Amino acid sequence: MRIELQKRARVSTLFSVLSPLLALVLTLIGGAILFWALGKNPGSALYSFFIEPLLEVWSLHELAVKAAPLILIAVGLSICYRSNNWNIGAEGQFTIGAITGSILPVLYPEWHSPMILPLMLLMGIAGGALYAGIPALLKTRFNTNEILTSLMLVYIAQLFLDWLVRGPWRDPQGYNFPQTKSFQIEAVLPEMLASGRAHWGFAFAIIAAVALWFMMRFMLKGFEVQVLGQSERAGRFAGFSARRMVWFSMLVSGGLAGLAGISEVSGSIGHVQPSISPGYGFTAIIVAFLGRLNPLGIIASGLVLALTYLGGEAAQLSIGISDKVSRVFQGLLLFFVLSCDTLIHYRIRLIFAGSQAEAKG
Amino acid sequence: MTFSESEQAASLLSVRGLTKLFGDFAACSGIDLDIAPGEIHALLGENGAGKSTLVKMLFGVLQPSGGQIVWQGNPLTIGSPGEARQLGIGMVFQHFSLFEALTVAENIALSLDPKTPLAKIAEEAASLSKAYGLPLDPYAHVADLSVGERQRIEIVRALLQNPKLIILDEPTSVLTPQEADRLFETLFKLKSEGRSVLYISHRLEEVRRICDRATVLRHGKVTGACDPRQETPASLARMMVGTEVAAVHRDETVALGDVQLDVTDLTVKARSPFAVSLKNISMRVRAGEILAIAGIAGNGQSELFDALSGEYPVADDDRIKVRGKSVGRTGINGRRLLGASFVPEERHGHAAVPGMSLTDNLLLARSQPDRKAFLSGGLASIVRSGAIRLATKRICQQMDVRKSGENPLAGSLSGGNLQKFVVGRELDRQPSIMIVNQPTWGVDAGAASRIRQALIDLAKSGSAVVVISQDLDEIFEVATNIAVISEGKLSEPHPVGSLSLERIGLMMGGIHESHSIPDAMPSSPEATHAH
Repeated sequence: MRIELQKRARVSTLFSVLSPLLALVLTLIGGAILFWALGKNPGSALYSFFIEPLLEVWSLHELAVKAAPLILIAVGLSICYRSNNWNIGAEGQFTIGAITGSILPVLYPEWHSPMILPLMLLMGIAGGALYAGIPALLKTRFNTNEILTSLMLVYIAQLFLDWLVRGPWRDPQGYNFPQTKSFQIEAVLPEMLASGRAHWGFAFAIIAAVALWFMMRFMLKGFEVQVLGQSERAGRFAGFSARRMVWFSMLVSGGLAGLAGISEVSGSIGHVQPSISPGYGFTAIIVAFLGRLNPLGIIASGLVLALTYLGGEAAQLSIGISDKVSRVFQGLLLFFVLSCDTLIHYRIRLIFAGSQAEAKG
Repeated sequence: MTFSESEQAASLLSVRGLTKLFGDFAACSGIDLDIAPGEIHALLGENGAGKSTLVKMLFGVLQPSGGQIVWQGNPLTIGSPGEARQLGIGMVFQHFSLFEALTVAENIALSLDPKTPLAKIAEEAASLSKAYGLPLDPYAHVADLSVGERQRIEIVRALLQNPKLIILDEPTSVLTPQEADRLFETLFKLKSEGRSVLYISHRLEEVRRICDRATVLRHGKVTGACDPRQETPASLARMMVGTEVAAVHRDETVALGDVQLDVTDLTVKARSPFAVSLKNISMRVRAGEILAIAGIAGNGQSELFDALSGEYPVADDDRIKVRGKSVGRTGINGRRLLGASFVPEERHGHAAVPGMSLTDNLLLARSQPDRKAFLSGGLASIVRSGAIRLATKRICQQMDVRKSGENPLAGSLSGGNLQKFVVGRELDRQPSIMIVNQPTWGVDAGAASRIRQALIDLAKSGSAVVVISQDLDEIFEVATNIAVISEGKLSEPHPVGSLSLERIGLMMGGIHESHSIPDAMPSSPEATHAH
């Protein structure tokens, strides 16, 4: 017996919808096996991982806090990936956005103006966009591979942040901890509701997702993104420039990653420290694909991936396993999403040895 | 089907009920075929009739879904091209599998036993190529060779295995008439040695000229088996196409108007090592005129199209003028706004995005020239899908585009129907200049005649048309003037009546404006065609 993949005559709409759900189910089954192998009760472990965080108001706020950067970054990345530009360095653009956005509160802690917050956000966007501009420049000028350049720039950004908070930006009154002064109250992104910690970053994420969805669905620019992503030659025939699209997609995704960075630092941390992200920039890649590179789908997948972060923390507390399990779940999920997508274009056939011999006569 | 034992035994290869399914689609269904030793057997059929699928099964590239292959009386399965070669089947594909950066001998060595020393291969190849009248330098780099010479490499490579059956897939589609004649001599020599040839073609004249028997395929089924010498081209065409193909009608008395497209001394450097440079190209095309540019593939046609369309603008603005305006540095949409329109050669991924719907593919070429009709919302440029859907429907009706569903993906249309859509998309704008590269390449006969008629009608209505084509029959059918492109140089245009097929063939082979070759008596293409 062998398994054969047969190309479908047309894309299966059923499986376009079903494939992410199927991937979720398979991830849960994989997780259950994992917990069982660790000697835990799979049922209660999965419950504390995926259900418990959804039952309380404060944890729903945490969910929004974690989902905000994931969604913001992933919708930007979806534009990149749709246009065939592979920005892998959102983590670095997030970090640089956090740094440039924090310049004002760190250097002018005495400036108490309502102008400071909008300026910080704009500077965060600009920082992220400019940092993404480096791989764009290298790609358009020297034809370098943006996957490599954007990824390598992540480590530069992280080490730069590390140096800043241990060196020039360190709080002199901070007992030698590597972190800046806490931001003045005007520089803190406020909470959306009185009931919890969720800040306006989540609103930015929803607005960005809806705006980019509108662009992709109804505007010529969205059409341009899709054409150039599928065929550069046809794009040139339409009069679109692939080179300009590199800039557009990298600047948009870098800018949104930068906005996510400053929102995270200003809204949920309140100062700058060496570690400001549990890998949002990389997890957002999974979010983008799980959401089928559709900005509205990304809102849903962003919430799912945020849940794996929360679940990891919860599982560490309640059943005593490492929160690294959340990374395992993210990996499982990406693996199953990509493999289930095969079903959209192919149908699986089991070929038995007997029937083949018959066919060959 | 029953065949007598003796008939099967006498056949080199016989095929019974061979079927290949791709999903629900039967590319070949119940094919029967017998090839005798020492015969040249034609496999005739239009594009998409299943010829390539059939020979891929015979060469072990594809596995049949059903049916039987009998080789010299023994039923067997051919699991891979390697097995096919062992049996004594050689194949020359339509699309060559050669590495351009390697030499001829190195390319041949790749398909042979790795222990054979290169010098020996080169020696054998040289002697074989001499014996069969296929002159070839084993140490030449493939990138420097013409398409005809590349084909010789493939043939020599197949001959080195000492095959009993050689399969040739559309071998003359890339050759000049003279190169084709040379190939035919080689085939006759193979035949005289008792080898068999399976000759795949859709060119009826040459099949009648060289083949002993013919099997005709249509929609994956055998629709006829005959001696092509007993048939007329018309009767063969009927078997191939199923219905009579509408003849293209041309009104000979179209008055020419002003110059619409003016190219002066255009020189463009090659963009890549394997591209062709354009050298001092000049042409003027007037309203009502169809200038056909003949030439063998890879002589600068696509580079010329890129420069004319503005996809790759040229440095000097004055080299190209569209309706009197210098546009050398203007991009494709700027030229479209002046009334020019373009149909590139490659449908998938150039003229159209296969993974997008027809309406999206309409917008692809017309987002700027029809900005007012198809976009709204000022700078936001919101796509007006209602207007685009109406225009798509109109085009599909006008060009008789057959499709499944209201708005299918472009990639799901057959080659002919997609080409009708792509041409119709431009005709719908009523352009004053239309530049088409290979308008009916790989298109079925019905669609081809419709497209050619549309081009003639467009010129008649006062537009200037440039048709870049390898198909000489097509050129004689539509052109008012003919120029020939060879190695990036364009000849002077000649009125269609003043050129013989032979003269064009020589020009295509690179002999330019040479006055030592006297023009044959001005003769109509029909006269030169019919033997």
